[in-house]
Amino acid sequence: MSKSVTFKLDGKSISFQPGDTVMDAALRAGEYIPHLCHNPEFKPHGSCRVCIVALNGRHLSACTLPAAEDMDIDNSSDAIVEQRRKLLQMLFVEGNHICPACEKSGACQLQAVAYYTRMLSPHFTHFFPRRAIDASHPDIIFYFNRCILCGLCERASREVDGKDVFSISGRGINSRIVFNSATGKLGDSQLAITDKAVSVCPVGAILHKHQGYDKPIGERLYDTRPISVVGDVAANLATGQPHKSDERNE
Amino acid sequence: MNNRVPNKKPKLATAALCGCFGCHMSLLDIDERIFNLVELVEFDRTPFTDIKSVGYCDIGLIEGGVANTENVEVLRDFRKHCKILVAVGACAVNGGIPAMRNQFDLQDCLDEVYIDGIGVANPLIPNDPEIPLLLDKVHPIHEVVKVDYSLPGCPPSADTLWTFLNELISGQQISFPYSLIHYD
Repeated sequence: MSKSVTFKLDGKSISFQPGDTVMDAALRAGEYIPHLCHNPEFKPHGSCRVCIVALNGRHLSACTLPAAEDMDIDNSSDAIVEQRRKLLQMLFVEGNHICPACEKSGACQLQAVAYYTRMLSPHFTHFFPRRAIDASHPDIIFYFNRCILCGLCERASREVDGKDVFSISGRGINSRIVFNSATGKLGDSQLAITDKAVSVCPVGAILHKHQGYDKPIGERLYDTRPISVVGDVAANLATGQPHKSDERNE
Repeated sequence: MNNRVPNKKPKLATAALCGCFGCHMSLLDIDERIFNLVELVEFDRTPFTDIKSVGYCDIGLIEGGVANTENVEVLRDFRKHCKILVAVGACAVNGGIPAMRNQFDLQDCLDEVYIDGIGVANPLIPNDPEIPLLLDKVHPIHEVVKVDYSLPGCPPSADTLWTFLNELISGQQISFPYSLIHYD
């Protein structure tokens, strides 16, 4: 740690340690690079592409890009923001993201990152796919409509819970989450409400049953401050008690 | 931006397609600023004036998605008559709550409401020629016509609408503080 090696992120010097990705070093330095499938607790996935940055004219995902000395990285040019916005718009039209009818609204990372990139409309033609809901579990409900296939539940279930409840099956537009149980139903899997896999979902795909809308509009995670300041959904769940509404009265 | 509104008092029209009129209510939520708005624009077709057909306008605000044949006609008429067409609110922007019916076949929706629903008397699917035919899916308006601006929100707040109209009419770049953009 005696000699500090750095790269440049939008002209700012960011120091890094051996083995760091650009995302690791940026997060540690308090610099925000938008991301959805990345959670610093898990091995990078590099699949959502929202953390795309430009290096020497090439577009690379920051969460899988190893940091190297003297790299000059563009994280916020109009071209990069536009590309992120297009990726988000495609995520929105590919599923069914009806924010006014979603319990996660206001504390949803997809929404928050879209706000951050100033996305005002989904622009593309909606797929309006028909996807089921799995409500077979007594405590947890799974909305396929809202799943963005970030794979965080899969990684958390395997690496932390040691259960392998979730897996991504199918290819391309037919990719979907499947559950590891004899019936294929979530209720017949090993999933428990205390599992890490339940709390890492950045969107409204995995939700607790019997609760919702417990924070009024104006007091939700991303209502007044952007995700670049507030941080990820999962990080906020880890630090604060999400389901206690007492703080409202303070 | 060549969409500048000319110097004379611009004409403003509004319409609600498949929505709940919440976006129009939100526009009324600008409260006493409505007096300023009347100074700034001349209202054409809108539920506020009860004028039924749209004339040539500078700005058209559309609330609601496209769910039936009348919505298509009104929307195309607005596009033809308005220099700047604005999608106002979640339904116009992405279909919103009405688009949740896209998960089901239209026939199943009609059966549930008019035939098999709880407490339905004289089960019959309405078929009067004056009733616009439903489309098989609800669409956001940009899937039918070109849209110049989109204001998300369910509804967009009065401040969002007020900020937008002021910036547009005065020829400024459209920009919003963080708290004025939300999708719900």
